[in-house]
Amino acid sequence: MAGIPSRHKSLVLLAGVILLQVVLLAVQIKRDSQGRLLRVWTVGAVSPFQRAGAKGIGNIRGTWTHYFALQNTSRDNEQLRRENDELKLQVNRLQSKAGEADRLAALLNFRQTQRNVPMLAARVIGTSADSASQTIYLDRGEHDGIRRNMGVITPDGVVGKVVESYRDTAQVLLLTDRESGVGAMLSDSRIQSPVGGTGEPLLSMKYIPTDDTVNMGEHVVTSGMDRIFPRDLPVGVVTEIKTGRPFQQVRVRPAANLQRLEEVIVLLTLHPLEQKKEPAAPPEGAAGKSVGGTAAVNP
Amino acid sequence: MMNDAFDLRMMETHIEVHKFRAGAIVIATFLSLMLQAVVPVYIPKFAVLDLPLLVTIYFGLSRRNPSTGLLLGMVIGLLQDSLSGPTVPMGLYGIAKTIIGYLASSIGARLDTEHPAARFAMTMIFFVVHHGFVTLTRRVLLAEPEPWFTLRLLIAGAVNAVVAVFVFALLDRLRRS
Repeated sequence: MAGIPSRHKSLVLLAGVILLQVVLLAVQIKRDSQGRLLRVWTVGAVSPFQRAGAKGIGNIRGTWTHYFALQNTSRDNEQLRRENDELKLQVNRLQSKAGEADRLAALLNFRQTQRNVPMLAARVIGTSADSASQTIYLDRGEHDGIRRNMGVITPDGVVGKVVESYRDTAQVLLLTDRESGVGAMLSDSRIQSPVGGTGEPLLSMKYIPTDDTVNMGEHVVTSGMDRIFPRDLPVGVVTEIKTGRPFQQVRVRPAANLQRLEEVIVLLTLHPLEQKKEPAAPPEGAAGKSVGGTAAVNP
Repeated sequence: MMNDAFDLRMMETHIEVHKFRAGAIVIATFLSLMLQAVVPVYIPKFAVLDLPLLVTIYFGLSRRNPSTGLLLGMVIGLLQDSLSGPTVPMGLYGIAKTIIGYLASSIGARLDTEHPAARFAMTMIFFVVHHGFVTLTRRVLLAEPEPWFTLRLLIAGAVNAVVAVFVFALLDRLRRS
């Protein structure tokens, strides 16, 4: 840069730095890579602080809600919510035992039908550092048996899938992300169509032919065709239908509250999941095992 | 030689180049990325803010050196890329923030940007320009259809500009007197 006038040096530097990053982008596109090394370093450096931050915020919020703001109401609400969750699970359990092929029963029945699928509860410690992508970070990673492409759910429904697993952290692509998708079908008519994210709160069900009937409020469940999620897990509810050629534009509100996720369940398997339901429910204690000494979910 | 010329220009325009306490830039950068990655878990609406961008703009306007401004923008952008999802390739925010860092420090060297109203206007403009470069990169280099302008962008710009006035006042305290 010796021969360049000093006032132009920064301009030359700007051009060089941008060119470098354009090349970096091109390499990623060409090799279909994501610059994993740099991401591993950054996530490795940031995740301990994210974990501490999440814990700190959780503690502060817990202290505030439990001791300062609406002390008794908040506690009662929490207790009632917990009881409500337990009751919901009990209702589902009874429904499955009665042999009803009900959509909600599938979630509870999941443990019985997928006896060999270990599950792991994980806490959400962070989110993507931009608004363009919809991802979250979990406090569990490779050490706990989490690998790429594992499914992530909550008791309410499908959340997304693991796209990157680091030592103690995993990155999950939410259903609402533009790149995300899940094999799904309408619960009443059993019409199958993938459901994908749009980058907005609502999902899109793209390939429903115009001739097929879709009802507002109809439930959308997993079809099991993606071989990640088992059949009949709740995906969402149809909230908007627009006619179009050759496909209708169907918008789906996610069943899981993806805007406020704090704890999720990771399906610790990469094997294609069994789609067929088993008729008899085995005893609770016989269900899967935990991995690496961590707490396994046992609904 | 470059510094001499730069200082001379500063003297001519009577615009002060601010220096900061040791580690201030690193800590501010790190904090902005941390908050951006953690707080939306608990307060989803917080995601409308782009704290790394505000830090890039602030240090660009204050340091008033285009070279350091663009390099800081590049580092912050690449770190933000690496903490983002797979839809964000490395370099997307890196390129946009490199340019913003350069523009902010170039403008900071010519105009007085200490007044809150000036800071509000600058942040609003830089927010929209930043989005413009992200969209350009997505459309041209990644062939992704991304809208150039939405009402949400304008609202987000205004929110970021309001927050910037307070964040910048906070960051002013890190200056060496």
